[in-house]
Amino acid sequence: MATQAAPTKFIKGATGDWEVVIGMEIHAQVTSNAKLFSGASAEFGGAPNDHVSLVDAAMPGMLPVINEECVKQAIRTGLGLEAKINLRSVFDRKNYFYPDLPQGYQISQYKYPIVGEGEVIVDVSPTERIMVGIERLHLEQDAGKSLHDLSATESHVDLNRSGVALMEIVSKPDMRSAEEARAYVSKLRTILRYIGSCDGNMEQGSLRADVNVSVRKPGDPLGTRCEIKNVNSIRFIGQAIEVEARRQIGILEDGGSIEQETRLFDPSKGETRSMRSKEEAHDYRYFPDPDLLPLEFDQPYVDALKAQLPELPDAKRARFIEQYGLPPYDAGVLVMERAAADYFEETAKGRDAKLAANWVINELFGRLNKEGLDVASSPVSSKALGAIVDLISQSVISGKIAKDLFEIVWTEGGDPKEIVEARGMKQVTDTGAIEAAVDAVIAANPDKVDQAKAKPTMLGWFVGQVMKQTGGKANPQAVNELLKHKLGV
Amino acid sequence: MSDPTHLSLAEARDALKSKKLSAVELTQAHIGAIEKSRALNCFITETPELALAQARESDARIARGEARPLEGLPLGIKDLYCTKGVRTTAASRILDDFTPTYESTVSANLLGDGAVTLGKLNLDEFAMGSSNETSAFGPVVSPWRRAGDPDAKIVPGGSSGGSSAAVAAHLCLGATATDTGGSIRQPAAFTGAVGVKPTYGRCSRWGIVAFASSLDQAGPITRTVRDAAIMLKSMAGHDPKDTTSVDALVPDYEAAVGASVKGRRIGVPKEYRIDGMSAEIAALWDRGAAWLKDAGAEIVEISLPHTRYALPTYYIIAPAEASSNLARYDGVRYGRREQGRDVIDMYEKTRAAGFGPEVRRRIMIGTYVLSAGYYDAYYVRAQKVRSLIKRDFDEAFASGVDAVLTPATPSTAFAQGEKGAADPVEMYLNDVFTVTVNMAGLPGVAVPGGLAANGLPLSLQLIGKPFDEETLFSLAAAIEAAAPKIEFPQPWWREG
Repeated sequence: MATQAAPTKFIKGATGDWEVVIGMEIHAQVTSNAKLFSGASAEFGGAPNDHVSLVDAAMPGMLPVINEECVKQAIRTGLGLEAKINLRSVFDRKNYFYPDLPQGYQISQYKYPIVGEGEVIVDVSPTERIMVGIERLHLEQDAGKSLHDLSATESHVDLNRSGVALMEIVSKPDMRSAEEARAYVSKLRTILRYIGSCDGNMEQGSLRADVNVSVRKPGDPLGTRCEIKNVNSIRFIGQAIEVEARRQIGILEDGGSIEQETRLFDPSKGETRSMRSKEEAHDYRYFPDPDLLPLEFDQPYVDALKAQLPELPDAKRARFIEQYGLPPYDAGVLVMERAAADYFEETAKGRDAKLAANWVINELFGRLNKEGLDVASSPVSSKALGAIVDLISQSVISGKIAKDLFEIVWTEGGDPKEIVEARGMKQVTDTGAIEAAVDAVIAANPDKVDQAKAKPTMLGWFVGQVMKQTGGKANPQAVNELLKHKLGV
Repeated sequence: MSDPTHLSLAEARDALKSKKLSAVELTQAHIGAIEKSRALNCFITETPELALAQARESDARIARGEARPLEGLPLGIKDLYCTKGVRTTAASRILDDFTPTYESTVSANLLGDGAVTLGKLNLDEFAMGSSNETSAFGPVVSPWRRAGDPDAKIVPGGSSGGSSAAVAAHLCLGATATDTGGSIRQPAAFTGAVGVKPTYGRCSRWGIVAFASSLDQAGPITRTVRDAAIMLKSMAGHDPKDTTSVDALVPDYEAAVGASVKGRRIGVPKEYRIDGMSAEIAALWDRGAAWLKDAGAEIVEISLPHTRYALPTYYIIAPAEASSNLARYDGVRYGRREQGRDVIDMYEKTRAAGFGPEVRRRIMIGTYVLSAGYYDAYYVRAQKVRSLIKRDFDEAFASGVDAVLTPATPSTAFAQGEKGAADPVEMYLNDVFTVTVNMAGLPGVAVPGGLAANGLPLSLQLIGKPFDEETLFSLAAAIEAAAPKIEFPQPWWREG
């Protein structure tokens, strides 16, 4: 392996440090109206077997026809992953029997995937970025769903998902901690959402991860890996890696060896358990699907798709740093969701961008998170937040009052400027009025005045008193200056 | 008018057009013939009421002057084609009483052109066989009998044996068939009929039960070359539902029938002169070349060096695809289901009870050649050989040859039980002259060349360039004109 983790990422075992090596296969459901090879709806939900065509049910004589929209989405995603787009790829049949697999084979891409090697920049923390290699991306059909709990003696099959297009995105084994793996999935999801090729909804199963985990002593060759199937949240991915790494370290430190196998993560018990061993692995008898011609397109087709791609998160982040002078971390936070980045830019337009960024990140995101809302459903529009930022910049209100104002707009709505007028929230900039308050505070606290002269940090206490007297509306800077002058500090 | 079932499809069309005959009369005559011919076991499902309803509609259209190209012409449909509302079996128990809610593109094309459909024709189970003996609905008996041997039941060939026998016995004017390794041409040859396997991609495969997807192709079996041309014109065409169907103009094939073959270069491949070829077949081949030469064509010897690998290669590729194509018959959604302890047990019992021995054998072969460790040695190598076989033909055509002439089969038809009982390869050898054409995706025609000493028909095969069926029709018509006319058997089999 090329990369070795920083020692801080090692896991302490009884016999010393261990390094965990992680690779991932992400199954991302392609956003498209119709399934990969049939005209049936790819919509989530619906009554069981509502979205099933003759092709999805594998009726005799039915043939698959590729849905071009899914091909475009795969190419767009490949471009987003800075990956090689293969102008010729081949669909293969992966043969196995299961009741929710009507054809008796899954149409997938085995030897010749539509997308080859690429890379993803992953922000692990405000200060750490890593590069994760992409091995390939291929298109394949999803299976249906078996329901075993509707009857004591029978199983039921729902084919609504049968034939829905998936992109399998295979990473290189480039991650070295649960944290890196979580950050990778998070970044991948961001890219997919920007491109609009997958909604990234893990609860609905639009994004699922198979996680390959192995451990080794730092510097050693790769250990034997186990594959943890179908982990369906970013939190569980982190947990699964941690417990699996611990399990493998435990076995190795007890002198045992790791068996290559497929395992399942049980979040309620916090453990992984064996699903099937290598010996039980299927022989899928892959061969090129004779019903489908090789998938071929030319470079201009790819170029046209590339030209229509939106600005992707890394480019946007760089632009935010450059154009708005934002700190890299703030820029990174703002570009996590395209809608949030757009919201920020609308808020910042023609205004103090750093101030706008602070308000978007701290007040807005904080409040949205607390309420479990996304930017699109924010009660405070970018226009309203922009108006609040204006009021602060123009010294009409103080930062503290602005927080109250934000709260009013959040709960009651309304135009921030009108609210400030109507409710008398404007800060006092009339020096006469402020001076009167300053004089009153000085007069009432002669002992503190002496102390302040000896210890200038006492100034803060005076500022607080004045603000209290003015109901928080005095311009803090004017108060400060007057106090300094009058106290002679 | 004499028995209308003895009209050719073209003659019947003209008789309907000139109102000498009604579609209902024509249909009724065929229904009557079918009812008296059940001893041949040609049909799995007869649809007389449907046929008469279609015929009445045709008569109404003819009366209104709105006749379509096949208006009122009664045809049989191989029971591998899915037909809306009519049971479709593929001659297998596993489909049980499966009744499609959809119509295959090719049969829909025929219906759209006004054809009347008499029912579903028997075949080898899932089109796997060369004698129609593997049908779960019993073997089809050929209307032909060996000279001096009236008791032997002669096979009509396979897999489209119901189609060939029904056409030869005058139970329909023409029939649809399918050809994966010879399943149109060999049964046509065995029954003195004309069989056309078009270029791969010429006809849509949508709605036809798949055997081996990269080889399967629909085509007609008829009593004359002209009839085949008429039928294929209606059957062919691009279908967006089949990615492998080709968007190419479908010419007026009938116009090619009778066209001059003067100056055409006909290749005679030396590799087809196989060991043990009977003198009778060799003589037939020579006669065929002579007939074409007399018609103005030029005969040249050519070499197709990879011919001898075609049959073994075919018996890797076709079963491999079949093993996967037949996985869907699992008892879960339609067709037969045997109860089992669990799902695996249900699969095993269902498929054991549903598939006959030949189908099971091919699924086993196909599963084996695709399995890990054998895939490269068998499937991948077979695909390489397949491209060499195709290249042989490409080179022959590039050298200026317009078509290739070979015998259609290595022998005349045999009797039930005579071949393949002990060694299935004996049966597979029937396809030795035909499989190359499927492997290369080319069009091929079987056309009768006369009778053998045993009184059974002998046929020649013409192989053409991709999408050049027209040349084949003109050459086949030249042979048909020169060869002794085939007199189809008198109906010895009729009841009552």
